[in-house]
Amino acid sequence: MKPYLVSLRAITLREAMRFVNQRSRFLAALVRPLVWLMVFAAGFRAALGLSIIPPYQTYITYEVYIVPGLCGMIQLFNGMQSSLSLVYDREMGSMRLLLTSPLPRWWLLFSKLMAGVAVSILQVYAFLAIAAMFGITLPAMGYVYVFPTLILSGLMLGALGLLISSTIQQLENFAGVMNFVIFPMFFMSSALYPLWKMAESSPLLRDICALNPFTHAVELIRFAMYEQFNGTALLWVILAFIIFLCGSLVGYDPAAGLRRSQRS
Amino acid sequence: MSTLSVQNVTYRYGAKTALDDVSFELEKGRFCALLGPNGAGKSTLFSLLTRLFVAKQGTISVAGHDLAREPRAALAKIGVVFQQQTLDLDMSVVQNLRYFAALQGLSGRAAQRNIDAALDRLSMRERAKEKARSLNGGHRRRMEIARALIHEPEVLLLDEATVGLDTATRQAITQHVHDLADDGLLVFWATHLVDEIQDNDDVVVLHKGRILAHDNARKIARDGTLIDAFMHMTDTTPEPSL
Repeated sequence: MKPYLVSLRAITLREAMRFVNQRSRFLAALVRPLVWLMVFAAGFRAALGLSIIPPYQTYITYEVYIVPGLCGMIQLFNGMQSSLSLVYDREMGSMRLLLTSPLPRWWLLFSKLMAGVAVSILQVYAFLAIAAMFGITLPAMGYVYVFPTLILSGLMLGALGLLISSTIQQLENFAGVMNFVIFPMFFMSSALYPLWKMAESSPLLRDICALNPFTHAVELIRFAMYEQFNGTALLWVILAFIIFLCGSLVGYDPAAGLRRSQRS
Repeated sequence: MSTLSVQNVTYRYGAKTALDDVSFELEKGRFCALLGPNGAGKSTLFSLLTRLFVAKQGTISVAGHDLAREPRAALAKIGVVFQQQTLDLDMSVVQNLRYFAALQGLSGRAAQRNIDAALDRLSMRERAKEKARSLNGGHRRRMEIARALIHEPEVLLLDEATVGLDTATRQAITQHVHDLADDGLLVFWATHLVDEIQDNDDVVVLHKGRILAHDNARKIARDGTLIDAFMHMTDTTPEPSL
């Protein structure tokens, strides 16, 4: 078992180091949710009236409402970024190094996935710390309970990234992912507005949002932050994770890029 | 038992045959050049030897381990340097070596001992903390070779490892790798440059996916030069040095 853990640790450390070293990515990852929190939420605060809905037990401000959604957004972006780095590794050659390791391929890919999750959780806690500095805090145990849910949601979104990277031929195609995956997933979820609010304007849109696995990831995080358990969301997230992972293991051929280049 | 055995390997990209019934056996302590013009199938063969691709026809075994049936045991015996550079330029020299050691499952004292040995081999102890980006092309290549030896493999595969290097660096690296073979390693060196091959080396000539010759370089050259023999066999113009 030791070689497995050694490689997992090395891959995670490399991913974390890469993230910290890429200062613009590091800053963007922190600034992006903060802009939403400080600017977007401040603007929407007056426009959106929120009733008391679980897991909240009292009226809350809009800033408080969107914190779990922004945590999900951090993980969503990170999952896509990790898959981008897989495509990059494939094009640049370092994927070959990984794949000629004697350890099984599925483990190496899983390690990559876990590394991405670890990086995303670091970002989420950094964001929560800054939000706390601005007075947006969670119940004390919420910071602890949210940790396992972040692992699950991170795995699900990372597996989605892996699945997408299996279908992407070149680095350049990644812009499409932003427009056709990240934005629809984020906006058609409960990250920015509760589903009942969405139903007021369009019941169909509400149903689509309810099917979106990202909605359930956000709700899982939201409930855990307020020391509650949301079993339905948990099942959705696990189910989506299994589907994304199986899809990526079937569709993922890490040598595909190499084969294309050699064929040409 | 041969250290590297390739038997009846055929590989196709769709309708195009990249390797056609390729067979050869290589022994440890030898430097063997895989000589072939561009497009001969060298990189495909290397991808099969490193299991980036899986051979559907034929068998490959490394140090007695069948690559299809015991891939982990076989891969553990192979060190590989790809044509394309695979260093993480944003990591330091020692971090690159440590990362690779971990991918091989090595950690703790065993890893440190082998990393130290690699740094000594490179004479780069004092530059261990420098970013790989700050190294010149020759040093990067030497570092990749040293890295490929960290897990103490029996076979060292190098795919056109001197591409893009100046003549002096090319010669130094070629000599370095010959010395490694003298120390007991099997070195399998893919190249299209005839001047990298010494008289006593073994040579496998690959052309259009087929093996045209497998013998000692001197014997393949017969009374002439290896370049002439290679040109005659492949009907191509070789590049003695670039």
